[in-house]
Amino acid sequence: MINIPSTIRISVRALRVNKMRSALTMLGIIIGVGAVITMLAVGTGAKQRLGDQLASIGSNLIMIVPGTSTAGGVRMGAGTQSTLSIGDAEAIQKESPAVLYVAPVLSGVAQVVYGNQNWSTSISGTTTNMLSVRDWPLTEGRPFSDEEVRSAAKVCLLGQTVVDNLFGGINPIGQIIRIKNVPFTVIGILDTKGQDPGGHDQDDTIYVPVSTAQKKLFGTAFPGMVRIIMVKAKSSEDLAEAEKQINELLRQRHHIGQKQDDDFTVRNLTQMMQAAEQQTEVMTLLLAAIASVSLLVGGIGIMNIMLVSVTERTREIGIRMAIGAKTWDIRLQFIIEALILSMIGGVVGIIIGISGSEILSMMAGWSTVVSPLSILLAFGFSGLVGIFFGFYPAYKASLLDPIDALRYE
Amino acid sequence: MALIETQEITKTYRLGDIALNALNNVSLSIEKGEFIAIMGPSGSGKSTFMNILGCLDKPTGGRYLLEGVDVAHMDRDELASIRNKKLGFVFQGFNLLPRTSAIENVELPLLYDGLGAKERAERSAAALAKVGLAGRETHHPNQLSGGQQQRVAIARALVNNSPVILADEPTGNLDTKTSFEIMELFVRLNRESNITIILVTHEKEIADFSRRLIFFRDGVVLSDELSVKT
Repeated sequence: MINIPSTIRISVRALRVNKMRSALTMLGIIIGVGAVITMLAVGTGAKQRLGDQLASIGSNLIMIVPGTSTAGGVRMGAGTQSTLSIGDAEAIQKESPAVLYVAPVLSGVAQVVYGNQNWSTSISGTTTNMLSVRDWPLTEGRPFSDEEVRSAAKVCLLGQTVVDNLFGGINPIGQIIRIKNVPFTVIGILDTKGQDPGGHDQDDTIYVPVSTAQKKLFGTAFPGMVRIIMVKAKSSEDLAEAEKQINELLRQRHHIGQKQDDDFTVRNLTQMMQAAEQQTEVMTLLLAAIASVSLLVGGIGIMNIMLVSVTERTREIGIRMAIGAKTWDIRLQFIIEALILSMIGGVVGIIIGISGSEILSMMAGWSTVVSPLSILLAFGFSGLVGIFFGFYPAYKASLLDPIDALRYE
Repeated sequence: MALIETQEITKTYRLGDIALNALNNVSLSIEKGEFIAIMGPSGSGKSTFMNILGCLDKPTGGRYLLEGVDVAHMDRDELASIRNKKLGFVFQGFNLLPRTSAIENVELPLLYDGLGAKERAERSAAALAKVGLAGRETHHPNQLSGGQQQRVAIARALVNNSPVILADEPTGNLDTKTSFEIMELFVRLNRESNITIILVTHEKEIADFSRRLIFFRDGVVLSDELSVKT
């Protein structure tokens, strides 16, 4: 029978005899575990941030932009052709069962004036559906009504950044602002969304009815044309179906033949964002993998010291064997020693890792998240390292011949 | 039934092509309660014989019966168990664990026998008292004299109530006065507790404490006689 508490006592005593050596040996594990925790925290933080931004764009989003135009063989970028119309948006809403909301967008940049303040921002002409598509609530006021969209009323919703820049502490609701010299009544304020994954301030925007944008702000040569159509699918499972339905519908509406290319592009925003999220995950794993190499090196350090320790204590091992220590008594003694080294190193490493993540987020402004799982993982891993790298020295010790070991000087 | 019986034990060491016979057909029988001294010049095979008796080494041929059980073919862990329960060792160099208190050194065999902390402490304290070291439980080996260290080692050999104590030159590192004290302790243990004591020495005056003297030379028993007490 093996007496674990006593074996632990024996091991602790052996480690305390060489305090400096034990501490230095632990250092490898401390650095390894600290690095793993910090790297996972950085990765998890980045992922969470991306996730937040992803949620801020809205879920299950599809964006339709006009296709490219070709002028004399020179192909222009996507969206340079005006092929999408409000009619397209209405048709999608009506005929695609996988689609929940559709909002056309006619946008541009304009100077906005209130009193003696002015601000340049992006103006989007759209419909009330936009708020549903983007999952974007109002903090104050009301959205524009269908009637206001139909009648091209001069009303607008302001993003928080615009409010901050034009109205210093004044309640904007009911105030008149001038966009391109056209007076608009502020009827609502959009909730704060923050940055999108591309780093753009989503709150730096003004929503007006699409009809008003067309008639008063960004009049185009072709009335009824829009720049973007935003679509919200019923669910994430419906995204692909919605994409297909939109494709078919628009090809039909735009009279595109079998062999002709689309004159529009359907982008699945959610999918794109998810791809970005996956990339972050791969990055996190890569960072953690690199960090765990240092944990491995720490383990090798433990093995090295344990081998030295076995040689130094050959005589002690001989005595123990002579008075009845069995193979596993000897093995366990050294394995537990290695385990204690790596576990204490693991605990200190976790503390270092957590503080390291804190410091990193304070100094560099990175968002870091130390997950309980990463702590558990690092701790378990350091324990495994101890057992794994402690085993060989322990095995060597247990194979010593008691007579030779007793004679060892 | 003899406590210890060796039947034609041989031990051959192979050094390349040369076979070295350390022991040659040694047959001995030792009864419980005997006090035996083994003497012989170096290379006579007495140490090899002690290692085999102590289950630290295995004979190449022959049978070794300890309390009627053949231990010659047991594996490492079985031999470790025999050493733990049936045998006590006393070495020339004391062989105590350094930086470990006297009582913890004495506890060691009980630890490997799987006893609980309370029983270990009680039995170890009793064993230390038996060798005259009551009150020195927490002293470390480097705080004890050579004679005291050897007493701790004897207490360690006693603590498991082993029927046999094997002592390999137990007085080799001690001065004459202390040597005699240690020998008197052995005599007392042998008389009072009926513990079988087998010791190796090359000093005649030490061997004189025993009641049976076995003389080895060239791997064979040269003489085996009861000592005449003067």
